[in-house]
Amino acid sequence: MRIELVKRPQHSALFSALSPFIALFLTLIAGAILFSLLGKNPVSALYSYFVEPLTEIWSWHELLVKAAPLILIAVGLSVCFLSNNWNIGAEGQLIMGGIAGSILPVVFPDFQGWYVLPIMLLLGMAGGMAYATIPAFLKVRFNTNEILTSLMLVYVAQLFLDWIVRGPWRNPQGFNFPETVQFNSSAILPEIWAESGRAHWGFILAVVAALLVWFMLSRTLNGFEIKVLGRSARAGRFAGFSAGRLTFFAFLVSGALAGLAGIAEVSGAVGQLRTTITPGYGFTAIIVAFLGRLNPLGIVAAGLVLALSYLGGEAAQVSLGISEKSARIFQGIILFFVLASDTLIYYRIRFVTRHSETAAKGA
Amino acid sequence: MGMFEAILLTVATAATPLLIAAMGELVVERSGVLNLGVEGMMIMGAVAGFGVAQVTGSAWLGMFAAILAGAAFSLLFGFLTLTLVTNQVATGLALTLLGLGASAMIGESFVGLPGVRMQSLYIPVLTDLPVVGKFLFGQDPIFYISILLTIGVTWFLFRTRAGLTLRAVGDNHTSAHALGVPVVRVRYLAVMFGGACAGLAGAQLSLVYVPQWVENMTSGRGWIALALVVFASWRPWRILAGAYLFGAVTIGQLHAQALGIGIPSQFMSSLPYLATIVVLVLISRNKRLTLMNTPTSLGKPFVPDR
Repeated sequence: MRIELVKRPQHSALFSALSPFIALFLTLIAGAILFSLLGKNPVSALYSYFVEPLTEIWSWHELLVKAAPLILIAVGLSVCFLSNNWNIGAEGQLIMGGIAGSILPVVFPDFQGWYVLPIMLLLGMAGGMAYATIPAFLKVRFNTNEILTSLMLVYVAQLFLDWIVRGPWRNPQGFNFPETVQFNSSAILPEIWAESGRAHWGFILAVVAALLVWFMLSRTLNGFEIKVLGRSARAGRFAGFSAGRLTFFAFLVSGALAGLAGIAEVSGAVGQLRTTITPGYGFTAIIVAFLGRLNPLGIVAAGLVLALSYLGGEAAQVSLGISEKSARIFQGIILFFVLASDTLIYYRIRFVTRHSETAAKGA
Repeated sequence: MGMFEAILLTVATAATPLLIAAMGELVVERSGVLNLGVEGMMIMGAVAGFGVAQVTGSAWLGMFAAILAGAAFSLLFGFLTLTLVTNQVATGLALTLLGLGASAMIGESFVGLPGVRMQSLYIPVLTDLPVVGKFLFGQDPIFYISILLTIGVTWFLFRTRAGLTLRAVGDNHTSAHALGVPVVRVRYLAVMFGGACAGLAGAQLSLVYVPQWVENMTSGRGWIALALVVFASWRPWRILAGAYLFGAVTIGQLHAQALGIGIPSQFMSSLPYLATIVVLVLISRNKRLTLMNTPTSLGKPFVPDR
């Protein structure tokens, strides 16, 4: 049996809307198979993975804590991916944003007041932006592949964070732990409803960013330009759009949002800089962006789904003794199914058996 | 054993995984497919190699398992990009993310176990030759495989009919298809070859380089291998040169760290990554030259019309 693709005359609006759900459904089935292979009851395993974390109010808070950076980064990445700029170094931009945003509370802890947080957030965005400028500049000026440069810079950023936290910024009263000082209270991003859990304003920022970028993409000339140049660089050039300028724009937006995610995470969820400030949000956000079909509003929903997979991993470790690393398998599988389901939008799939092939030839 | 000989040997050990993985990816890209999943296939090879060597006690069986694991894992990428015609960049990334995640889970119980090291070659007299004896006659089997692989790929691509077909598919899949070449089948084979090589490269890490399992132990080597293919402008011998250059940078910075030259170790550790960027910039600066060397169909989707 062979699989054949038949191009649809027009892309299917039905599958366009359905594909993320098909992908999630297939992921659940794959998960059930995986759990059975591990010798667990698949139904109760999936329950503790995807339902149990939603039964308590504090874990809803955790969901928002984890969704915030994922959404912020993925919204930025959607601008990149739509315009055919493959920024896969958001993890590094997040780290640099986290570091830049921490300058005030770590180096100048005496500054305290209402103005501290806004400055931190702006510095965080600037840090991520500056770091994202490097691959953008190299791509525009020297034609260098942005996938490889942005990815290489992730390793550099991780090492830089490691150095700054163990070296110049280490807390002198910290018993030699590789940590900076705890941020003072005016440098902490406040909780949304402090009485019930630790969800912080990062999530609100993420939703606002999603709305703004959604508006930009769907209602402005700039957004139109992004989509045209992304689909056909040639058509874009004829329309007088500049691909180089757009590359900078896309990298700056996604760098700024990744940097904002970084400082929001450090200031809202952690409260100090450590040698590791992210469990790979910058990479998981790639999955979020695709699951959200590169639409900022879809990305908000997708971010919540992927955040749930992190919580599910933790819950499954506690209640079933399955490694929490299983979450990363789920995340990887989701992306595969999303990409595979997208094929249905543009093609009809035909299964050709040897039998039907000979029949077709006969006719 | 002299200092020079020791450095030469460690450079070879650091260069070998890059060489093997890049050589595999070279064949894949020559067929017109861009597989960004090298890092993922490599780490799957590393964990499979380590695990099978643990269970059977044989490093050789581990190595074969790694090759199989890499090739099998690459089929996932092949099915999506070749049969379902998904975006190659995104699918390659998915392969890397899944590979890193899956290997972390599979390898969780391997952490901290002493590994099985692959025995190095020993030929009396020859291996004991001064200066070059150990380099030429006293290394691990995967080193020799990597050299044979370089010769084999060069010969295959430029001296055989099948190699010519593969390059034709990479340069213009529509014409190749019109001539009756089974484009998709050729690409499947190329992708699996790339997966097998990446798996072998991973086995070198977990059976020779650091005979241990550490999560994320490939630490970007798959990506550096991808960069090497660009650096080599899709020529096998330049990959050999590039891999040893990077091996030298890696080892050089380690020696500099050991000497304690007052530069923080983290800055030294980031040198291979920065070197990759610099090299990429230098090589891609000339747009015309890059365009001339890049396989024309690289990364473009192909749906056969019937």
